Amino acid sequence: MSNIMLYAEVTKENYLHTVLFELAFKAQELSNKLNNADVSALLICKTGLAEEFKEAFINSGFDYVYIAEDDRLTNYSTELYSKIAVDVINEVKPEIILIGATTQGRDLAPRISSSLHTGLTADCTGLDINDRGQLAATRPTFGGKLMATILCKTNPQMATVRPKVFKPAPENIVKDTKFIYIKTDIENIETKVKFVEFVKGLNTAINELDSAEIIVAGGKGMKNEVGFELLKNFAESIGACVAASRGAVEMGLAPADIQIGQTGKTVTPKLYIACGISGAIQHIVGMQDSDKIIAINTDEKAPIFDVCDCGLVGDVFEVLPKLTNLYKN
Amino acid sequence: MKIIVCIKQVPDTTDIKWTENNTIQREGVESIINPFDVYAIEEALKLKKIIPDVEITVITMGPLQAEKMLREAIALGCDKGVLITDKKFAGADTYATGKTIASAIKSKLPDFDLIICGQFAIDGDTAQTGPSIANQLGIPQITFVKELKECESTHICAVREIDEGIETLRVELPALICVLKGFKETTRAKINGFIKAKNAEITVYSMEDIGLTPEDTGIKGSPTFVSRAFRPEHNRGKCEICPDYNALAEKINEFGGISNE
Repeated sequence: MSNIMLYAEVTKENYLHTVLFELAFKAQELSNKLNNADVSALLICKTGLAEEFKEAFINSGFDYVYIAEDDRLTNYSTELYSKIAVDVINEVKPEIILIGATTQGRDLAPRISSSLHTGLTADCTGLDINDRGQLAATRPTFGGKLMATILCKTNPQMATVRPKVFKPAPENIVKDTKFIYIKTDIENIETKVKFVEFVKGLNTAINELDSAEIIVAGGKGMKNEVGFELLKNFAESIGACVAASRGAVEMGLAPADIQIGQTGKTVTPKLYIACGISGAIQHIVGMQDSDKIIAINTDEKAPIFDVCDCGLVGDVFEVLPKLTNLYKN
Repeated sequence: MKIIVCIKQVPDTTDIKWTENNTIQREGVESIINPFDVYAIEEALKLKKIIPDVEITVITMGPLQAEKMLREAIALGCDKGVLITDKKFAGADTYATGKTIASAIKSKLPDFDLIICGQFAIDGDTAQTGPSIANQLGIPQITFVKELKECESTHICAVREIDEGIETLRVELPALICVLKGFKETTRAKINGFIKAKNAEITVYSMEDIGLTPEDTGIKGSPTFVSRAFRPEHNRGKCEICPDYNALAEKINEFGGISNE
């Protein structure tokens, strides 16, 4: 029986990362195209934690869950986690392995694929099974200007998958899930990397951007604090929340907790107004599911104009004060 | 302390060309040092300032023209340049690239203490080659590194920017780290740097020199291949360009752009 294995990432706060459920629903679709291949999960965590997740696995369509528990696995460790993953994969021999393209997934996956001498496609936004039964993984390259569909000649065929691209199942897919505890073989491993400390970031905090109906976001084109002040005034005039691109955050114009994009937040307001944002793919992925997108940019060739509903080619320093005046009166 | 910085030549253009094998056409395209790798060089230069006897070797796999980029790195303050180049490397994926660079390091630069890579390359954006090199060399890695602290010749502490916050890890050397782009301006080359770079000897190795066969490298040695490349499609219609701000304001209103709150 062929097997699609998903990596069940445990977050710092001991939850299952939501990308697992997005992958789980997608895996059902892939399984249907592979004569109902088994869908399994690999869970690596501290002793006793797996028990808390069992119901979630049963309700998400998993046939098997392979569990490696040990107190040395409390904090994610590249060395220990990759060793265990490689051992389990060599035993179970799945055809396909999908891992969330989180910072943990992107640290772990290449370590596993390199050990297994197999291929890994990074940060995919599309997954399918082709007519030869192979995993066809599609991803953006060259800053999102081109999409590439990548195949892998060897098994397991591995991919990391961008979170929030696929939707979780709308309702429970209940299975008679079998939980298999793996004996970890890590007692004698002396890790070279030691955990020192972790400080929770602001990105995960509850943030008014999550529920905002209108967002006005500023990029490098806002140039300086004066520019960002114009942006804030405009946002206020239409009752919008203020956000920023990574470029603006790097310039010190905005705090990191309002950054939209791959390394920031993903938002889905009714209206997203991008001001002075060129539209790098890393930004686009954080706002592309907004209902309507408007862009203001001096460069008519800026990629942001390829993803918006309507736009104005113009200087934000001229346009924003005019719009603000219009709305204030 | 011996530091190796891995850098990649990436196209500095929006003009993308593909070969008939659906791999990227690199010949004849204007190239720059991958911006993340500039920060990898920067971290190495910082270490050179605080630790005695640091020697920085900058290494790249690429076409012969990549030599120019190695000289740029030497102008910035790196000591030596190594170019691994061979027609047979063409079309390598991250697995084959990792194997090739690791083989070069193993055979030609085995007594290193620290390898520094950029976290992403702006063309492929895979973030996989660094960990792949580390795995092939059997050394630990720390990825998504924002800054280094408590650096000594036997260990370093790395501050990582991960999805959930900021994590600090300590690693015994030898190790490999992948660095993010910093917020600060990077070093600029000075006149004596350019002179040093002009006269520096760049060591060039071919596939045979580093003990690999055609089966290990390039398209043949790559488990993955591009089966199709295409322009991205968006489900939004074509962007409607407004002639002036009044027209834009009408659109904002139409899209519900005034909050009731």
